[in-house]
Amino acid sequence: MCPGHVAYRARRQLITASPSAAAQPTSAVELRGITKRFPGVIANSDVNLVVRRGEVHAIVGENGAGKSTLMKILYGMQKPDEGTITVNGREASFSSPSDAIDAGFGMVHQHFMLADNMTVLENVVLGAERLHGIGAKARARIREISAAYHLDVEPDELVEDLGVGDRQRVEILKVLYRGAKVLILDEPTAVLVPQEVDELFGNLRELKAEGLTVIFISHKLDEVRAVADTITVIRRGTTVTTVSPADVTARQLAELMVGSELPEPTLGAVTVTDIATLSVSGLTVAGIGRDLVHDVSLTIHSGEVVGLAGVEGNGQAELVEAIMGVRPATGTVQLAGVDISGWDTRRRRDAGIGYIPEDRHRHALLLESPLWENRMLGHQTQPPNSRGAFIDRAGARKDTVRIVEEYDVRTPGIEVSAASLSGGNQQKLIVGREMSNEPKVLIAAHPTRGVDVGAQAAIWEQLRQARAAGLATLLISADLDELIGMSDTLYVILRGRLVAQVDPATVTPEELGAAMTGAGEAA
Amino acid sequence: MTASLRLRRFLLLLAAPVLALVISLVAVTLLLLAIGNSPGETFQTMLRTGTQPNAVVDIVNKGTFLYIAALAVAIGFKMNLFNIGVDGQYRLAALIAAGVGGAPGIPGFLRLPLILVAAVLVGAMWAGIAAVLKITRGVNEVLSTIMLNAIATAATAYLLQDGGLGVITGNSIGTRPVPESGWFPSLDPIARPLLGAFGLTPSPSKQVYGFLVVAVLLGIGFWVLVNRTRFGFDLRATGANPSAAVASGINVKRMILVSMLLSGAVAGLVGMPLLLESSGHNYSQNFPTGIGFTGIAVALLGRNSPIGIAFAALLWAYLDVTTAPLALFGISDKLSAIMQALILLAVVVAYEVVRRTTAASEQRRVARELGDDTAPAPTAGVEMSKASRAGMPTDKAESADRPGAADTGTRR
Repeated sequence: MCPGHVAYRARRQLITASPSAAAQPTSAVELRGITKRFPGVIANSDVNLVVRRGEVHAIVGENGAGKSTLMKILYGMQKPDEGTITVNGREASFSSPSDAIDAGFGMVHQHFMLADNMTVLENVVLGAERLHGIGAKARARIREISAAYHLDVEPDELVEDLGVGDRQRVEILKVLYRGAKVLILDEPTAVLVPQEVDELFGNLRELKAEGLTVIFISHKLDEVRAVADTITVIRRGTTVTTVSPADVTARQLAELMVGSELPEPTLGAVTVTDIATLSVSGLTVAGIGRDLVHDVSLTIHSGEVVGLAGVEGNGQAELVEAIMGVRPATGTVQLAGVDISGWDTRRRRDAGIGYIPEDRHRHALLLESPLWENRMLGHQTQPPNSRGAFIDRAGARKDTVRIVEEYDVRTPGIEVSAASLSGGNQQKLIVGREMSNEPKVLIAAHPTRGVDVGAQAAIWEQLRQARAAGLATLLISADLDELIGMSDTLYVILRGRLVAQVDPATVTPEELGAAMTGAGEAA
Repeated sequence: MTASLRLRRFLLLLAAPVLALVISLVAVTLLLLAIGNSPGETFQTMLRTGTQPNAVVDIVNKGTFLYIAALAVAIGFKMNLFNIGVDGQYRLAALIAAGVGGAPGIPGFLRLPLILVAAVLVGAMWAGIAAVLKITRGVNEVLSTIMLNAIATAATAYLLQDGGLGVITGNSIGTRPVPESGWFPSLDPIARPLLGAFGLTPSPSKQVYGFLVVAVLLGIGFWVLVNRTRFGFDLRATGANPSAAVASGINVKRMILVSMLLSGAVAGLVGMPLLLESSGHNYSQNFPTGIGFTGIAVALLGRNSPIGIAFAALLWAYLDVTTAPLALFGISDKLSAIMQALILLAVVVAYEVVRRTTAASEQRRVARELGDDTAPAPTAGVEMSKASRAGMPTDKAESADRPGAADTGTRR
């Protein structure tokens, strides 16, 4: 702080970085030639990035393009193998996040790092007790920051009582409290509905106006164009270009991101029949306090894709698990007219329900086992994987080769472990597996989450073909474009209830987003 | 690549125990030097002991019951169930089987089958208690089996009282001896000439356990069950990823029950060679204890594989038998325990190192092979050649097939 600035209001102290504004370079952060290798992959190669002071700089790229690694490098969680990081004109080297925090960086993670059973104040001071203590001084400071940036955070509220948008503001406040001048936001809009996104962008503009720098990571291009001053595109580990949002359309940006034309989720001709393949009625999953899924009834016909839209955590996962028989529930589930409510998971799967779980590592793969054993998982009682009590290794291997070919799984062979494949290829293997054994119903939870564009297009095509062949599909996705484009019928789930049915032919993502938050309803 | 991949995996699998053995030998050498003993003399004594005919039979026999104990543990390990209760299971099973075997009035030809069935049932039942507790009440099997060990100790003491299953002979108490009709046939008729061929002639009372055959059969059965049956697949899948196992339709509770029962049943057999092929032929206060715990170590050392466990059991037995005479040279007979512990410690570390190396090298390999596949793609152009150098082939592979992949336009 130079003496002349002392009279400035307290909030200015937050943001004034080094001795004299005139002596400062215009860039807050500069990355030059950053390369980071992991066994088997190069996550970042020759990354160059210049972030000017006081701008919102977006970094866009596909899943797996290397954005997260880049952020981890910036935040000191990973050390680059090559290249330099320059902060305020001085070369810096971070070996831990605390170094990065000392240098004025702050990270708002995609998944919030808050203790629900504590107050906002307690969450904010946790680990930063030395700054302003844990009492009245800290509380005053939080109020001060909250007022300065219009964060509207009340220090004595319990975090568990807060909504998602509020929690995110607490996270932002947390890093500001620690004196951050450069905020890194990792996919901040992933958990927000459109209205909350607008509020967040308001906050970001506020931060920018106060001279803070924001690095904003996303793959949602319309949002990026709305808020960013500068956009850097990262593709396959390296920075491709830096553009101004005024110069590009979202589509051009997307094509820069993937390096080619984009696939679009569409269904084509209607194949819906009047044969009810899967009927759920009055399905309820009890929870602590209120039902996780309450009285859900829906019917999926042969050749129909039924989409389920909802903010995560509104009962989708529980509904899927109840249909699969993994989670106890009341109500009835009928498969082609047969009541299967009392059946266990294996019997349901054997009867023809395919299942693509939302978390492939936790629910769909044996990571250390070879691909052909993963082919068997979930179908170990069915041919060609077993004969009687014994497994049929030759049959399973042969069929795995077929899946690898038909579903374009990029792998040198079927003996390699599932862990050695990329996420997209793992997912293609799972889709291929679940499409084998001629399922009648497919429960697809986030079938294209975290896969690259090529794999996404391939999976959509497989879903279309199966639909034409009469498969009844329940599609759950956080990608609203995918839901709207790939659904014949679309329901909205909110707090465990189906609250609306919308027409995928006419609905816009904004309208769907509003319905997902229950806007306009007495909830 | 399949064959070479398997070979690599096998060699890496072998590398860990060898590495561990070397590390622990070095550590023991240093230890011996530190306490002022001559490592050369010590190891020489051990080697010399290990080639004596009687010691060879002891090693094989000890290896036999250690092998069975380790198999019992390994069944649980395959699905991440920690059956620490093998110890209590085999002791209780041996006592009750001894009680059955010593009971008067059983026809001769039925005696041996009844003894074995009793042992298997008691072992399974004792383990089954832990399984039921885990399934119905969520009690961790580590805790329940440890407690069941303590209960088994008390129960055997209670049952072994005079007037119960116990009979006082001299100043010791034990069950009534099993009559000869219930003894397990010795392997001596085959083993003695075989040993003789190597110039080893053990004294007549040193006979190789016939139970060695049972151990081998159990090992084969274990291998078939785990690697070739649907049950084995479910078992491994549950161990590898419980939540994926549930999603795949495996009834995990049923798997817990069945695998615990199997583990306990095998554990029940651990004491059988000691009961049916050792002098005394009864369960007394001097019946060996602690084999169940050693079995855990042996299973760990043998990587839960039937062949690995066989080597581990023999190694363990070798160390036990050959360090016994060291006391005569003023070296503590605890050397065996120290060496075994060091091997185990080293092996756990080595396995983890090897596991990670294998996983990383496989990922690199997959990346490299995919990279080689895509490098000559015609549409690849400049970007592709850079891509191959960068070694990010998995994503590149897709770009190669997409039109315009090389046409990046604004590329820096």
